[in-house]
Amino acid sequence: MAFFLIFISAIFVNNIVLSQFLGICPFLGVSKKIDTALGMSAAVTFVLTLATVVTYLLNLLLVKWQVEFLQTILFILVIAALVQMIEIILKKISPSLYQALGVFLPLITTNCCLLGVAILVANGTNKLPMALDHNLLTGTLFAFATALGFSLALILFAGIREQLAMNKIPKAMQGTPIALLTAGLLAMAFMGFSGVV
Amino acid sequence: MNNGLKTFTNGILKENPTFGLVLGMCPTLATTTSAVNGMSMGLATCFVLICSNVVISMLKNVIPDKVRIPAFIVVIATFVTMVQLVMQAYVPTVYATLGLFIPLIVVNCIVLGRAEAFAAKNSVGLSALDGLGMGLGFTLSLTVIGAIRELLGTGNIFGFNLYADNYGMLIFVLAPGAFICLAYVMALVQKLMKK
Repeated sequence: MAFFLIFISAIFVNNIVLSQFLGICPFLGVSKKIDTALGMSAAVTFVLTLATVVTYLLNLLLVKWQVEFLQTILFILVIAALVQMIEIILKKISPSLYQALGVFLPLITTNCCLLGVAILVANGTNKLPMALDHNLLTGTLFAFATALGFSLALILFAGIREQLAMNKIPKAMQGTPIALLTAGLLAMAFMGFSGVV
Repeated sequence: MNNGLKTFTNGILKENPTFGLVLGMCPTLATTTSAVNGMSMGLATCFVLICSNVVISMLKNVIPDKVRIPAFIVVIATFVTMVQLVMQAYVPTVYATLGLFIPLIVVNCIVLGRAEAFAAKNSVGLSALDGLGMGLGFTLSLTVIGAIRELLGTGNIFGFNLYADNYGMLIFVLAPGAFICLAYVMALVQKLMKK
């Protein structure tokens, strides 16, 4: 039941994009077509889950050696290296998957939901339902669920923006403003989930 | 001198990080629940921008071209950690409200973007001015958005009460208000810039 609640909470109630404001850049940047949104979602899901596992284990070492102040520097370097490594491995093992995700992988390094979720899980500041502390399993599940939440928001938003492109929009609102306004309405819809968990 | 002034004002007006370049959206939306919060976030980013610009500009001839991005990130992350520790010690309440978004300055596109686009090509003095201009431009836009959201949401501005807060539209302090408020401010800026 606790695992189920992690999923509901991370996907709907505390959606990473629409209520936590992490990962806004790709949310606005690659949401013009559903195809690219799908590619980005898959890449984020893959890397976010993996990066959270690695940084969680690394943080145990940091705490053991009492050098927690190195967290920010170390996490961002590990994430950058990890993304690069995944790119090289994918190229070798599965060229078709690399073809699909390739363009999005380098972009992910500067996606703040990666570093954000890694820090949230490692520091235990994220409130789990039933006030549980994160262990490796719940941390991984939380990261996976968060990535699903990101994917849901991104794909919904891309679908709306595809429709939006066919409508007449006042000149001043064209481009980013109308996209932000749409995101605001979407966020309002997601607010309906608050209090569910 | 003229050149320096141009570099400085460029970041505040013409290439304002939020409205002109549309970079660094995450902190812009997340930390502007009040004018003071927006300003603190802007100033923290401003400090990191100036320091990282200066150091990267000094090191630009030493860093090999191939590893420049990781090297830049380490420099930036160092200054972010400094800001984090100083804020934790002297302004713990502000640090608690901004929370996660202080370490996330590392992945703020503005900081890495200016390092790559400006500091890696220009002199130390100009890079410092560019950092200051961009930082102040970012602070300005965050403070404006924060003030609007605070005023509409709670009836306060910079903590001073203007009207009773039960007339406030709470939605503007919550997540959807951030998107909607930024959308309209940006549309206004686009309209004014066109003329």
